[in-house]
Amino acid sequence: MEAPIRATEFLRFTLLSLLFFVCRSSPSHDLLISNAERRIDLTSHIVKVYLTLKVENAGSTPTSEILLAFPPTQVDHLATVEALVTKGKRKKTTLARLDVKPTELPDAPNGTKYFTIYLANPLNSGESTTLEVLYLFTHSLEPFPAEIGQSESQLVYYRDSALILSPYHIKQQTTFLKTPSTKVESFTSMEPTNRAGTEMKYGPYEDRPPYSFSPILIHFENNSPFPVVEELVREVEISHWGNLQVTEHYTLVHGGARHKGVFSRVDYQSRPNLNGVSSLRYLLARLPPRVHSVYYRDEIGNISSSHLRTDSRKSELEIEPRYPLFGGWKATFVIGYGLPLQDFLFESSDDRRYLNFTFGCPLLDTVVDKLTVKVVLPEGSKDPSAVVPFTVEQHLETKYSYLDVVGRTVVVMEKKNLVPVHNSPFQVYYTFKPIFMLAEPLMLASAFFLFFVASVAYLHIDLSIRK
Amino acid sequence: MAAPETSTAAVPTLHTNNTLRNAFGGVLSFFILLLIGVLAFLIRLFSVIKYESVIHEFDPYFNYRVTQFLTKKGIYDFWNWFDDRTWYPLGRVIGGTVYPGLTLTAGTIWWLLNSLNIPLSVETVCVFTAPIFSAFASWATYLLTKEVKGVGAGLTAATLLAMVPSYISRSVAGSYDNEAVAIFALIFTFSLYIKTLNTGSLFYATLNSIVYFYMVCSWGGYTFIINLIPMHVLLCIVTGRYSSRLYIAYAPLVVLGTLLAALVPVVGFNAVMTSEHFASFLVFIIIHVVAFVYYIKGILSPKMFKVAVTLVVSVGLAVCCAVIAVLIALVASSPTKGWSGRSLSLLDPTYASKYIPIIASVSEHQPPTWPSYFMDINVLAFLVPSGIIACFLPLTDASSFVVLYIATSVYFSGVMVRLMLVLAPAACITSGIALSEAFDVLTRSIKFQLPGVSSGAEVDEGETSSDTTEARNDEVKAEKPEEKSKDRPSKKSKKKEREHVEKPSAKAKVKTKAEKKRLLALPLEASAVSLLLLILLGAFYVVHCVWAAAEAYSAPSIVLTSHTRNGLHVFDDFREAYAWLRHNTDVDDKVASWWDYGYQTTAMANRTVIVDNNTWNNTHIATVGTAMSSPEKAAWEIFHSLDVKYVLVVFGGLIGYPSDDINKFLWMVRIGGGVFPHIKEPDYLRDGQYRIDSQATPTMLNCLMYKLSYYRFVETDGKAYDRVRRTEIGKKYFKLTHFEEVFTTHHWMVRIYKLKPPKNRIRGKTKKSKSKTSSTSSSKRSGTKKNPWL
Repeated sequence: MEAPIRATEFLRFTLLSLLFFVCRSSPSHDLLISNAERRIDLTSHIVKVYLTLKVENAGSTPTSEILLAFPPTQVDHLATVEALVTKGKRKKTTLARLDVKPTELPDAPNGTKYFTIYLANPLNSGESTTLEVLYLFTHSLEPFPAEIGQSESQLVYYRDSALILSPYHIKQQTTFLKTPSTKVESFTSMEPTNRAGTEMKYGPYEDRPPYSFSPILIHFENNSPFPVVEELVREVEISHWGNLQVTEHYTLVHGGARHKGVFSRVDYQSRPNLNGVSSLRYLLARLPPRVHSVYYRDEIGNISSSHLRTDSRKSELEIEPRYPLFGGWKATFVIGYGLPLQDFLFESSDDRRYLNFTFGCPLLDTVVDKLTVKVVLPEGSKDPSAVVPFTVEQHLETKYSYLDVVGRTVVVMEKKNLVPVHNSPFQVYYTFKPIFMLAEPLMLASAFFLFFVASVAYLHIDLSIRK
Repeated sequence: MAAPETSTAAVPTLHTNNTLRNAFGGVLSFFILLLIGVLAFLIRLFSVIKYESVIHEFDPYFNYRVTQFLTKKGIYDFWNWFDDRTWYPLGRVIGGTVYPGLTLTAGTIWWLLNSLNIPLSVETVCVFTAPIFSAFASWATYLLTKEVKGVGAGLTAATLLAMVPSYISRSVAGSYDNEAVAIFALIFTFSLYIKTLNTGSLFYATLNSIVYFYMVCSWGGYTFIINLIPMHVLLCIVTGRYSSRLYIAYAPLVVLGTLLAALVPVVGFNAVMTSEHFASFLVFIIIHVVAFVYYIKGILSPKMFKVAVTLVVSVGLAVCCAVIAVLIALVASSPTKGWSGRSLSLLDPTYASKYIPIIASVSEHQPPTWPSYFMDINVLAFLVPSGIIACFLPLTDASSFVVLYIATSVYFSGVMVRLMLVLAPAACITSGIALSEAFDVLTRSIKFQLPGVSSGAEVDEGETSSDTTEARNDEVKAEKPEEKSKDRPSKKSKKKEREHVEKPSAKAKVKTKAEKKRLLALPLEASAVSLLLLILLGAFYVVHCVWAAAEAYSAPSIVLTSHTRNGLHVFDDFREAYAWLRHNTDVDDKVASWWDYGYQTTAMANRTVIVDNNTWNNTHIATVGTAMSSPEKAAWEIFHSLDVKYVLVVFGGLIGYPSDDINKFLWMVRIGGGVFPHIKEPDYLRDGQYRIDSQATPTMLNCLMYKLSYYRFVETDGKAYDRVRRTEIGKKYFKLTHFEEVFTTHHWMVRIYKLKPPKNRIRGKTKKSKSKTSSTSSSKRSGTKKNPWL
């Protein structure tokens, strides 16, 4: 029994590896990057990398796939990769979004991970195109020292390579790093390296072969708080009576250098610029316009320190945790609000309804480690399907709310490692018959009717034995 | 409730006109009752509207936590719950030491709602339990007063109770305490007792003992019932009002009630063993003797009866004396005479302050001041005497019960401010009777003097009613020789029932005939004016109650507010501190604080505490008190031996919050000194005065509580001015050696300190370390040289 299976497996494996070899060998030899510019923004705790690549097809066959390579340590912290291609001539340049997908390649050196950018139009031999790539890293700034006192400022390490890791030959490349302040403790020097103000420049480096790597370490001051939502559960409940109720459960932690020793309120209050500079004092949540009945509370009651500012385009909710969050301190809270249904629920052409809502976390500049979005459809809705612009884990649940009999279908979507870029709209399609709206009122009415009938009957029935 | 009864009862007997009126009156009173319930519920929602839907105060947090446990783990785990998060390292058996009535009630409501798929949180249910039960309590008041003086008085009393400030103070939304349901149970037990007394129905007697069981489940105050009802029974017997109805009302209650009460784990054998229940058994014996005597009297001829009496009295007395002597000897052999501390402090108001400082230290166990009577029962205080008079016209079994109830509750409220709550229903019932009787008299006299208004129909009615009364009077006369004294009250109640049937407003005419009534009428102007004055009085009461509900009793005490020029300012420091503890300390860390904050810490911060508001172990509390009043080093050792990691103190000096730990400090000294004699109260007082300013004693200025409260306080304003004590503090600059500040809330109301870990002992370098310690102490001295009191 074993032998044939092994044989087929072996066959499949060789076939696959052959296929991959073909795929891999063709781009790595044919494509080359004539110019690469990388700008790394280290000002907040989300590291933003803007990469401009000028790709040239030096081979003979047209190709439409371009590979991006990441070292395995960075891939774990990679939140998102986006690629844009510039179209048109110099004056009328437009940007078009391209598909980016993670790709597995065998015999990648040192466990390098790849993402493939799929071009809309294949790149013919001799042609070149300019790609704008943006990718974000979370949890990539390592606090050092890992524990700081109240009056100390927060210093962090950032590790990267001075040379862009790429499976292609790069003719010329430059890397710019932007730090939040001019205070840089140390940095790895690799000639030519310049530092001016808050910007550092590595390069230009000429003609580096594929998979060149040169680790650098930058130790600098970053006093911005590191708000990390360890877990966020957003529940969106649709009521066809005209309301969309959103409830968000947060577990917030300050992801920066851990607080050490005493917390002195007198120092914190009297010298706010020197004390607890990296503490998290408040958060800003951007909510949709026309938001109503907003609340902000935790498991022991309302938290009174919040302000809501609304205008016609957006609503801003400024919330303060109960106490300022120092590094490593945690807080949990709930934000809830209602929204008018007509802004978010639409009818599609095939007679189905769909909810159009934003996916991510409304808090600005926040990393979410794990997000669960639950869309609670009204009782009696059928065939739910969700359309999300990125991959998420999905499953269905049933929830029982006010006077439900069969329960409401809940579409659950889960995703890990989110950044504000993920605040893009998603849709949930479902079918719903309006008659179900009347089910619960009718049930209540009949219950009362029966009660009154029973009372009338009770008053008129005489069950006594004596007359 | 009463509506269908009266309307259906009226159908067969009387004219169609009256039937309609009765039906209308029934429906009207039903709707009035409904509105009273709504009023009772709504007036208690000020706290939710003005503040938020949150649990109040201290004890409710414990009840809330127990309810959460119940809903999460189920009833069996609840009975067996051993709580290791409190009274560390002793723990507490919650299932056996808690009155489960409230918890089970709220748990049942929650379970019911959730099984109907109404997803209310446990907290919401707990918050609204008290208002719901106060609506029930006002309906129970109606039932009780109706049995005593009729529907009119019942409705008035229910209205008064729905908004009496004393009761509001314990049952606003969020005040999730035992009293919330217990007052309902108390009134309902009494009303069922009177119902049984009036009807002699065994059904109501059984119901009565079940409701009594609910009361036992809910509150330790059930002893009031089990003493008051025997007192009333004894009163009835002594005044020659013994009847079979009295027997039916009392005997099942004692037997069934005691059996049921013993089922509650916290009561158990106390239901037969302690002196609180002694009176009920004694009266139980007496009522049987009396019943037996009446029975014998019925069989024997008067002459034989006399012989029997002399025989029985001579033998029986001797036996009784012997039994009673044995009992008294048994009871007297126990040190507290079989009474619990709280009951003893009720009987002897000076007892607690002499022997149990913990009971005396609670502010609600202090005797009330006169203004608090006016605040809590307002105009009822003036109406009560007239209500008592009305109860004597005529004196029935039921009305004598009300008189006894008000008399005893006035006494108890005078001992403890907390028992004002027991007085409130009694005051409402008597004032309801007074008001309704007064309205009755006044409106009747107006009616009689305005012949133009009430010509045809009114006269007819008067005639019919007088006819019937006359007819019935004859009947009564015919009955009288048959039953004599035996059945006196029953006739009255029967009469009353008939009266209800006849005409709701005619209840005062029981004895008088139509002609007599005319003589009793007051002058028109006088009655009109006094009617107006009464309405004014009622209006004043309503205004006061609404004010009390909205302003005085709605603050949840964990959130403080103050009105400043820029609007409302909220002091949410307690929850800030508890939330900090909850999220930023280890789950098993122990937090020491004064016992007031124990329940809140376990419920809100979910951390283990050393002592809490269930003050069952005096020594443990004294240990914490001693630590707080010791110098830093000694305190550190005590806390360290208790495995304490954090110490929490409440400090109001910065914003002027008066009930902080410095103001409670003398109680810590007293309670600590009661067990550990090296703590002496005079050491903390300068010439008998408690002060923290420059005149304070060195012991005071060096104790842990002082240091933890005022650590670095001087840096806030440079002078260290304490806004509560209105003085500058005595010792401004000092350092902590064994504690470190880990958290202080925004307004400094709660300060949390961490115990520093013990220093490593360096072996073989004892000399050096010695010199070090001496140098540190000298440096300490030099550091504090600015202070002349060291």
